[in-house]
Amino acid sequence: MAQTITQKIFARAANRKFVDTGENIWLNVDILLTHDVCGPPTFDIFTEEFGPDAKVWAPEKVVVLPDHYIFTSNEHAHRNIDLLRKFAEEQELPNYYDAGTDRYRGVCHIALAEEGYTLPGTVLFGTDSHTCTAGAFGMFGTGIGNTDAAFILGTGRLWEKVPESMKFIFEDPMPEYLTAKDLILEILGDIGTDGATYRAMEFDGEAVYSLPMDERMTLCNMAIEAGGMNGIISVDSVTEAYVRSRTDKPYEIFTSDPDAEYHSMYRYHVRELEPVVAMPHSPDNRATVRSVAGTAITKSYIGSCTGGKLTDFLLAARILKGRTVSVPTTIVPATVKVAADLECEMYEGVTLKTIFEDAGCSIALPSCAACLGGPADTVGRSVDYDVVVSTTNRNFPGRMGSKKAGVYLASPLTAAASAVKGKLTDPRDLL
Amino acid sequence: MENIIQGKAYVLGRNIDTDQIIPAEHLVYSLSDPEEVRLYGKYALSGVPIEQAGLPEGGIPFVEEGNFTSAYTIIIAGPNFGCGSSREHAPFALKVAGARAIIAESYARIFYRNCVDGGFVIPYESSQQLSKMILTGDELLIDMDASTVTNLTQNTTHPLKPLGDVVNIVQAGGIFEYARKNNLMA
Repeated sequence: MAQTITQKIFARAANRKFVDTGENIWLNVDILLTHDVCGPPTFDIFTEEFGPDAKVWAPEKVVVLPDHYIFTSNEHAHRNIDLLRKFAEEQELPNYYDAGTDRYRGVCHIALAEEGYTLPGTVLFGTDSHTCTAGAFGMFGTGIGNTDAAFILGTGRLWEKVPESMKFIFEDPMPEYLTAKDLILEILGDIGTDGATYRAMEFDGEAVYSLPMDERMTLCNMAIEAGGMNGIISVDSVTEAYVRSRTDKPYEIFTSDPDAEYHSMYRYHVRELEPVVAMPHSPDNRATVRSVAGTAITKSYIGSCTGGKLTDFLLAARILKGRTVSVPTTIVPATVKVAADLECEMYEGVTLKTIFEDAGCSIALPSCAACLGGPADTVGRSVDYDVVVSTTNRNFPGRMGSKKAGVYLASPLTAAASAVKGKLTDPRDLL
Repeated sequence: MENIIQGKAYVLGRNIDTDQIIPAEHLVYSLSDPEEVRLYGKYALSGVPIEQAGLPEGGIPFVEEGNFTSAYTIIIAGPNFGCGSSREHAPFALKVAGARAIIAESYARIFYRNCVDGGFVIPYESSQQLSKMILTGDELLIDMDASTVTNLTQNTTHPLKPLGDVVNIVQAGGIFEYARKNNLMA
């Protein structure tokens, strides 16, 4: 029987040859990811359910990357880090990346890839909805809650429904003014925030395979904004080069059978697409930047797992080099690695850091920061009636802080161009 | 497990995401310390813009200022309830506030799983647009055996979709209780 890539990964994890869509099956988990917000309650449930002397099923398969509330004076946030550290010590977890030390990495989804945990064909569960980011590596990744994560900690297994798949094909080479963010916002506008609920979103086509891993991660990251269980892209030489430069662990490559069944297929020609935003207050509230150009903004925010990777900052630098921003603009590298790259990666002979500083941007320390609002002292947090253009992934009311604020989700090109003009601006005007 | 849930309705619209159910700034409180846990009740649904809180009229907070629990026990909502982040703090907060069941047109996957596997609140689905038919404050009665909800204020009864595969986990009270009963934790 023909299967999709997602079905084949499920079958491997269930020690079966074939799994049918709609079946509820038990999966063996390759990696469990958690962070400072959901780690402590997960560990509490684990201890309560499995007993005070219980040990996690496989310490090397638990990856703990604090990233949400790191640079804050909030005492409860500090306590959460203390609880992570204590559990990691008790359980002798080798893959704990402690905040405040040189082990600290930053935003978990990006650091997970940088550290070589994203292996094709494997199954990843994480206590964060954007765990689907890892699908860029031809693997299954999805978000779960604390109870499910605690169950995995004790047993190494979890039940999941085999999803139907939707296929999104992007034809043609990518134009220089388009980014992965524009592609996924285009899809969201078409299918809505529940258009893929409980399904796999498979991305394919020449434009997708022309993208670097950073951009493929952005596509898969926002599968959850359509309600998708996972986003997934087949492995090619770009994927293998990324993975092989970070780990020598073995992996298995799966691909969808040509005659696999899909719930639905969408075909786009990227030459016909334009830069788009998601207007307040929903990621599916799509509009072309041209149609809303001139809308005044009060802040620009370039960061997060969707918009704070090296490729995102290379895009922003194309706009910001030699220009100055006219609204407060915050640059938040996703990880310590990306932050270091800003100091050495060049665009037209100038480091990205210098370009951003000369443009008048402020560069924050790597973490999730204001993507999800966070404690009151979080850098870049929206206040009052702020109108923010942001490279983040979610813009429901209050997401970046203030319930009264409006957030326009956009590509790094659009966020940078709008920062320069102080109003929503199509990046083609400045490229 | 008792098979009747009775209480007042609290009506919301579509796409109620987890930041509206419990805003991210509150995720720092302990979920096990009894005193701090009460704060999750206090801030449950505090992220919903006030004009959309307690429909059709709006302007009705789920939890009154200064309180830690809600006067409402059954939440009625449109499609895609619980979309957004994976935070289990969301169904937890609803439970702490006193909610026992939700009836929505549909749910986001992670929120739905969290409700069921954590045994917090029962996520019923309705194929009718109940958020347009039920008013905040109406007295409702859910009959779990019959899969119906009766509006005692309006004297109407609506069918609910059966819980399907997950009914066993709901009846057990969560994934751990279910797994123990079925020897799945060995």
